[in-house]
Amino acid sequence: MQYEAPATIDAAVGLLSKAQGLARVLAGGTDLLVQLKSGTLEPDLVIDIKRIPEMTKLVAENGGFRIGAAVPCAVLGENAAVRKLWPGVVEAANLIGSTQIQGRATVVGNLCNASPAADSVPAMMAANAIATVAGPNGKREVPVGDIATAPGKTSLAKGEIVTSVFLPSRPAHSGDAYLRFIPRTEMDIAVVGVGVSLTLGDDGVCKAARVALGAVAARALLAEDAAKAIVGTKLDEKALAKLAEAASAACRPIDDKRGTKEFRIKVAGVLARRAAEKALERARGK
Amino acid sequence: MAGTHVKTTINGDSVEYVCEADETLLDVLRNRLALTGAKEGCGTGDCGACSVTVDGRLVCSCLVLGVEAEGRNVATIEGLAQGEHLHPLQRKFLEHAALQCGICTPGFLVAAKALLEKNPDPSEHEIRFWLAGNLCRCTGYDKIVRAVQDAAAEMRGGRHAA
Repeated sequence: MQYEAPATIDAAVGLLSKAQGLARVLAGGTDLLVQLKSGTLEPDLVIDIKRIPEMTKLVAENGGFRIGAAVPCAVLGENAAVRKLWPGVVEAANLIGSTQIQGRATVVGNLCNASPAADSVPAMMAANAIATVAGPNGKREVPVGDIATAPGKTSLAKGEIVTSVFLPSRPAHSGDAYLRFIPRTEMDIAVVGVGVSLTLGDDGVCKAARVALGAVAARALLAEDAAKAIVGTKLDEKALAKLAEAASAACRPIDDKRGTKEFRIKVAGVLARRAAEKALERARGK
Repeated sequence: MAGTHVKTTINGDSVEYVCEADETLLDVLRNRLALTGAKEGCGTGDCGACSVTVDGRLVCSCLVLGVEAEGRNVATIEGLAQGEHLHPLQRKFLEHAALQCGICTPGFLVAAKALLEKNPDPSEHEIRFWLAGNLCRCTGYDKIVRAVQDAAAEMRGGRHAA
């Protein structure tokens, strides 16, 4: 295995493009090093992106925030301004692993590892976050929901690398939340995860909403019907029941050791409702 | 493969070593530098026995490559005591009998020190969440939590007096 730590995005793209054999990008390494250790992955080339200055930065931009691909989740959690604008995204990112894991793990790594149960991904999809991808043909911008295609698989072409994720600005009276079900209190993999982001009008009516579901399909899903169920309402009992029903209907889960299909479908509805209520409280400034 | 030459700082000392690209920082510390305080429990970032800080950030050294330490500042359990003077956390772990077999102890101490640097007066809840990535199969955690609380109180007192 060859290790490279380029200082620029161009150099990283160059190395990835020219790589013979299996190449992997190293950000926090909390997935990659486990794969190396177990022997499930034997890369010929590992490209460490933590020496690329712009990848290590978390910066305010156009009223939102750009999170570099090498920014650890702990840094995200320590940033009061990001927590204030996108509390749901931050709470999702901070649910990943222990303090030690938080010191290394990144949301872009979480995205590119392409686990259907990745906690930060539904929250970022609800936030309508945009990934910036650098490649041999220049830069392109991709909704975060289009990066993962199946477990462990991404839409990135050879030589491409996600350099950052952009969390947009948001109107007044907006709130977001992420909830997951795990069978213990912390440090586990989501059986179901739900991200909800919504914006209220001055009259308290929901003007816009996005709902995303994790661990209920081969990749995180945007549940558009669930969002439609609450838009134009004040999230009354009827709207919330419809939201839960639509979230459950969107699920295409598998049975595995963490949960059955039936359980996941049921829990997705319950969590969608609770996450919407939490996002609503935040949008109301509570 | 010839290996990579790495220059880094460990517990304040300049250190140089040669390691393979796929060698973890934990293996470098233990096998090349004879710093055997950090333990390998799981090797997959679940147990925290290999906790160190890199540039002040608490991490599992089993999930860091040795080559990544180039130019960084690494702190291990070996840097906790000042000569014969134990760190307050070390003394309190002894006083409270916060260890039995001791394998997890270096990781707990490094992690607890990182907590108290960030938050000198953590609640029990905050201590338990911060240390949730450090597994202990002997103590049931209560004595560890009490030792950390006691050390924190002493360290706060010391600061007021100083």
